[in-house]
Amino acid sequence: MLFTIQVNNKKIKAEKGETILSALNRNGIIIPTLCRMKEFTPTGACRMCVVEVEGRDRLVTACSQPVEEWMKIKTHSPRVITARKTIVELLLSNHPDDCLYCDRNLNCELQRLSEELNIRERRIRGRKIKPRLDQSSPAIIRELSKCILCGRCVRVCEEVITATSLDFINKGRETHVGAAMDRDFNFSSCIHCGQCVLVCPTGALHEKHNITEVQEYLNKPEIIKVIQYSSMVVYGIAEELGMRYTREFDKILNSILRKIGFDKVYKTGLGTDVCISEIAGQLSDRIENKSDNPLYISACPAWVKYTEQFIPSLIPQLSTVKSPQQITGVLIKTLVADQMGVRPEEIFSVSATPCMAMKFEARRDGMMRKGISDVDSVLTVRELARLIRLYGIDTSNIEHEPADEPMSGRSSAAIMAEVSGGIAEGVIRTYHYQKMKKEPDKQIFKKLRSGGVFREISLMVGETEVRVGVVDGLTGLEKLKASLAAGKKYDIIEVMTCPGGCVHGAGITFNTSKDEIRNRAKLVYQSDETEAVNLPCKSPSLINLYEKLLKSNGEIADKKIFFTHFEKRNVLL
Amino acid sequence: MSEFFTLYNRMSTDLDIILKKYKQGKREDLIPLLQEIQDHLGYLSEEAIVKTGSFLGLSTTKIFGLATFYDRFRFIPSGKIQIRICHGTSCFLNGSQAIINKIREETGVMPGQTTRDGNFSYEIVSCMGGCCNGPVINVNGEYYTHIKAEQLPELIKRFKYIIEND
Repeated sequence: MLFTIQVNNKKIKAEKGETILSALNRNGIIIPTLCRMKEFTPTGACRMCVVEVEGRDRLVTACSQPVEEWMKIKTHSPRVITARKTIVELLLSNHPDDCLYCDRNLNCELQRLSEELNIRERRIRGRKIKPRLDQSSPAIIRELSKCILCGRCVRVCEEVITATSLDFINKGRETHVGAAMDRDFNFSSCIHCGQCVLVCPTGALHEKHNITEVQEYLNKPEIIKVIQYSSMVVYGIAEELGMRYTREFDKILNSILRKIGFDKVYKTGLGTDVCISEIAGQLSDRIENKSDNPLYISACPAWVKYTEQFIPSLIPQLSTVKSPQQITGVLIKTLVADQMGVRPEEIFSVSATPCMAMKFEARRDGMMRKGISDVDSVLTVRELARLIRLYGIDTSNIEHEPADEPMSGRSSAAIMAEVSGGIAEGVIRTYHYQKMKKEPDKQIFKKLRSGGVFREISLMVGETEVRVGVVDGLTGLEKLKASLAAGKKYDIIEVMTCPGGCVHGAGITFNTSKDEIRNRAKLVYQSDETEAVNLPCKSPSLINLYEKLLKSNGEIADKKIFFTHFEKRNVLL
Repeated sequence: MSEFFTLYNRMSTDLDIILKKYKQGKREDLIPLLQEIQDHLGYLSEEAIVKTGSFLGLSTTKIFGLATFYDRFRFIPSGKIQIRICHGTSCFLNGSQAIINKIREETGVMPGQTTRDGNFSYEIVSCMGGCCNGPVINVNGEYYTHIKAEQLPELIKRFKYIIEND
């Protein structure tokens, strides 16, 4: 039901039941917000969005107040502006003034607000928060003095990720956001998904930077510098550098990376293809053995850590296949080293990913052989963009170059791994192709691609029925549990920690809206539609790897390097 | 003077016995449960918080966050002698700040901390409702009124004597 309200002496249409803020936004009136996150219930904690409603003594928060028919609202009256300004001034009163050195410089919501509200001096002086830098986690760094206590990270961790490893500790002036027992992050139940970093308005939470490390190695002529990047990085870099994404963009990226100084540029896509084929093999074994337990895909490192600490009973059901990054990493340190005739320690292997948990994964137990890690350094898309800018590469006028052999090609199933449900789809397609020698009807996967946090399909492969479950974001685990409790059986289940999959990874550009994420997913599906090689087993690179390269190298011929192990993890839950 | 040590002796009471009184997974029992654990153990140990968390299905982080909100919960063991000093308006006017300073001097620890030998701990509370009786302190449940800073060294000596001779 629509009715009119008066805003700034003009009449606008509002809908019954919506908040003042959504009515204003729909009519093109912008109000600053800080603690608000679109998909969440409003808290009204920061009071940034206050407006004046005639007949009310106090200012009301537009984000939480339902709109009513009689309302006469002033959104930018002097009183409102003073109130907003004071709020930001109070937030700045104990904020460290080190914007120039801050991780979020030029990309900070607090900085933007103080600019928008024309704050030109430190009017209120408060006692500065005692600096505390927590660098214990392999992926996420906390700088507590920069925290403005908006509570977004706390809510994301609890409501989206369900790990609940952050909460407000203490009260009043002493309040800060921290993990269990106020210990450092490495003791906590944090799964390094990094969604908290994505929502943090300031630089209080950010990724652990590996740029300096990479730079250091780039300057060493005796070391062979190798980089692998996943398909999502290509979109992410285009976004970060403000360039238009085209299908040829990966070739531009290859050229950029070589200009920076990487000797070899590989695609993680081949690792994804290996991962998909090996999981398809495991699925085939499982179905033949008529096992009752489903096979959980373990490509998402955050999900693996979640399982290890919260649901250790599931560990035996986790697929032992390594994640695409680690498979590519291990291939670089064995196959490539062998081909180039160097020792593995002479190769510095960098991985560019849209994921932050990969930083943690590269340091996992079982991800190194003879003291040499498979992946030496992991860069997020943001870091890689920073590196590109640092090296001053002219991205507008650049030639197209292919990636290096033997890891230059991938199937379109590998690119599908970037969206939730993609790996499961790839595995099923491969399995179907292996059994029936033809691909399944694509229509059947429609239900697997969208529609809620838990999606399932079942399809017939010959005489056997294969039941697939996809958990899109860890909130879907509840539905999976209910479904399993009701006696439903699954053959294979894919779990992605970040809602939407890697397209919503924590390493990509900040401040992305739902639409942009959907757009990324659309690009992924488009690539799958248009690319010629749509199955791992049809990809020339993979065939070459399996038929020739693996057999020629005695160390890796048994494919043992593609598998790892998982263990129960003792953390403060 | 054996009531001084009841608190200390009760520490041996098993956590599980307390947990058994409550229903599993009932979140609203959290605060009473924590209060009972604190009454028995004298503080909330990490083990107690983790056990409570798995019992009620709550994350340790959440419980710790809630418990730190309330002044009553403490996370390090209290001393055998636990002194609470009133810092309400009336006691403050009658000189409770001098008492706090004197106790800090005598014990050498800050409010909320425990001496290394585990004998003394003290904390500052807002009001104990004995406003007409000057600075009020409470030692293991027993009230002392109209306390003056000069009396404290002797009082603390007495407590020490009791600890050593029990």
